[in-house]
Amino acid sequence: MTTVRAPGVWKRSANLRVGFLYLLPSIILFAVFLFYPMIRTIYLSFFLTDQNGNAAVNVGFENYSYLLTSPAFLNSMKATGLFVLYTVPVGIILALFFALLANEKLKGIGFFRTMYSSTMGISVAASSVIWLFLFHPSVGVFNRILLVLDLPQIQWLLDPEWALISIAISTIWMNTGFSFLILLGGLQNIDEHLYESSRIDGAGYFYRLRRITIPMLSPTLFFIITISLINAFQTFGQIDILTKGGPSQSTNLIVYSIYREAFINYQFGTASAQAVILFVIILVVTLLQFKLLERKVHYQ
Amino acid sequence: MKKVELIDVSKSYDKQVDVISNIDVTIEPGEFFVLVGPSGCGKSTMLRMIAGLEEITGGIIEIGGKRANHLSPDKRDLSMVFQNYALYPHLTVQQNITFGLDVKKVKKAVQAERANEVAEMLGLSDFLKRKPRELSGGQRQRVALARAIVSEAPICLMDEPLSNLDAKLRAHMRTEIRRIQRKLGITMIYVTHDQVEAMTMGDRIMILHEGKIQQVGKPIDIYNYPANPFVATFIGSPPMNISPARAVPTKSGIFIEDTIHVPMNEEQVAASSARSLLAGIRPEHIKPIVTGTESGNRIQVEVTNVEILGNETVFSFQVGQREWMAKWSGQWDIAIGDQVPILLGSEYFCVFDEETGELIRKPEGLEHLSIAKEVII
Ligand SMILES: Nc1ncnc2c1ncn2[C@@H]1O[C@H](COP(=O)(O)OP(=O)(O)OP(=O)(O)O)[C@@H](O)[C@H]1O
Ligand SMILES: [Mg+2]
Repeated sequence: MTTVRAPGVWKRSANLRVGFLYLLPSIILFAVFLFYPMIRTIYLSFFLTDQNGNAAVNVGFENYSYLLTSPAFLNSMKATGLFVLYTVPVGIILALFFALLANEKLKGIGFFRTMYSSTMGISVAASSVIWLFLFHPSVGVFNRILLVLDLPQIQWLLDPEWALISIAISTIWMNTGFSFLILLGGLQNIDEHLYESSRIDGAGYFYRLRRITIPMLSPTLFFIITISLINAFQTFGQIDILTKGGPSQSTNLIVYSIYREAFINYQFGTASAQAVILFVIILVVTLLQFKLLERKVHYQ
Repeated sequence: MKKVELIDVSKSYDKQVDVISNIDVTIEPGEFFVLVGPSGCGKSTMLRMIAGLEEITGGIIEIGGKRANHLSPDKRDLSMVFQNYALYPHLTVQQNITFGLDVKKVKKAVQAERANEVAEMLGLSDFLKRKPRELSGGQRQRVALARAIVSEAPICLMDEPLSNLDAKLRAHMRTEIRRIQRKLGITMIYVTHDQVEAMTMGDRIMILHEGKIQQVGKPIDIYNYPANPFVATFIGSPPMNISPARAVPTKSGIFIEDTIHVPMNEEQVAASSARSLLAGIRPEHIKPIVTGTESGNRIQVEVTNVEILGNETVFSFQVGQREWMAKWSGQWDIAIGDQVPILLGSEYFCVFDEETGELIRKPEGLEHLSIAKEVII
């Protein structure tokens, strides 16, 4: 009689080991460029640092408690929150609107598709410079138009009331191209026969939009909402060029504030703490989004 | 019940080549009209033109006696089953079925009631809560059918609605569709490339080839008197055997491969002189020679292939360059290579003009059985 012995640990883990081998290149890359900096940031957030960013004094959670009571940081959080509210919904609705327009089968629609997505090909720096001109108080196009319409002039980037809105406008313009392209791709993936079938049933445009287009587009919409939210939280380039966080801190969004804290004030400890807080906020928002929205998403 | 009339309709996608041309046909109210043809002949295109999903580039379409060329699809009072089902993947089977009712603002309770009724009829009751992706191909097809039936539109267009079902379910659905159509008195325009479906379901069938009408008529007339060689070989399984033939003035008839004689009357001979001809005979009209068989062309052939299909035997043999087939009822012990004496009843032959395809000689003596005459009680 032969006894069947259970295979040893070495044998049983064969699949696991092979799998790990396949993952190894990504794990190494992630470790060097992602995990290490992240852990380092978390580590630094518990310290006061010297000029070179080396940990000097362990202060525990003091960096955090300082930040959460600092009016400057709270202002940054508020500005960031407002900025996200200004840019994400408007940006996505605008991109969806353009994508719906560009999805119609018309002559020469290719031209419009190219135009609408063209902002994707312009760097943040270049488009910021363009917007700098547009917002110029005396020679900028916007104020010229206001002048012609006999409306009061606006100090777009210099007025604390308007600066954040101005940045939001330029950001929406910059991001629409990408969202537009992704949404258009999603729209074109919807089977034309579904619309034909609904037309035979007599469904109008908005009925089709509500019952076919939006549900069928929901995975794409979900993706683009997630990406846009994360992008909005991380806005940096246009602020650096257009306002440098001013006037009177009104556009000092968190990432810009981190940059100033670290590379102008050389406070790497508090900068790291801010970065960690931003990370947690983005994580929570994204998780919430998955919890609340994903149930409504229809995956094929 | 509504009439659908196509008057000299044509269609071209690229403004150069017509994929459909000169279609003239009237589909009567309450008729079951079947459109058959090989793949790519323009069946779906024609259906889509009737539905209003495709521009008509020439001619007139009238629905219910009214010109409908530019009528939008929902004003045409019809329902349609798409070739690829076109089910809404994000909606449940029930929601798919009631979509059209919801558009028309039918009350929710009525919607559910009608959906249940139709689902019952098509055996979908167990799947009402599922999404289309959780169904098999055949079940999806039935959902598409249910969606068309539930709308109770007076005209129904179906584009190969049974192509994905197994043979048994297909036979069942054939009678079911036919029954529903009769009960509701729907005008049905039904596309298929399955000639069995065409023969069994249609009040009339239309055969389309490369966008042109080949023949319109009752299934049995089309089977017996095909208008041209294309129809002759398209309808019937195995197809009609067709070979080139040559007229011999002195013998009052024509010869296939100099051996098979097909007699013709003077009129027919006159119509066929100096033209290249095609002669054809259906496989079931090629008969075994047994004692007492009537006269005709008796020839000896060498069998090249045999298929026994339970109650009938089909074998092939060479006639000149062409391979012909014969279908005998019963199980015959025939092996490849055997020499088999066969009888080609000369009255059964069709003769076509090779250039125009016109039928010059109709087959005669087709036995038409009727219970009153044949059965003795
Ligand atoms: N949108 C289109 N643009 C250009 N040509 C088309 C288009 N749709 C169909 N055609 C062409 O028109 C012809 C008829 O197509 P159709 O779909 O009507 O064929 P069908 O008879 O339904 O074939 P099948 O039995 O395979 O479904 C084909 O040659 C096809 O290539
Ligand atoms: Mg088709």
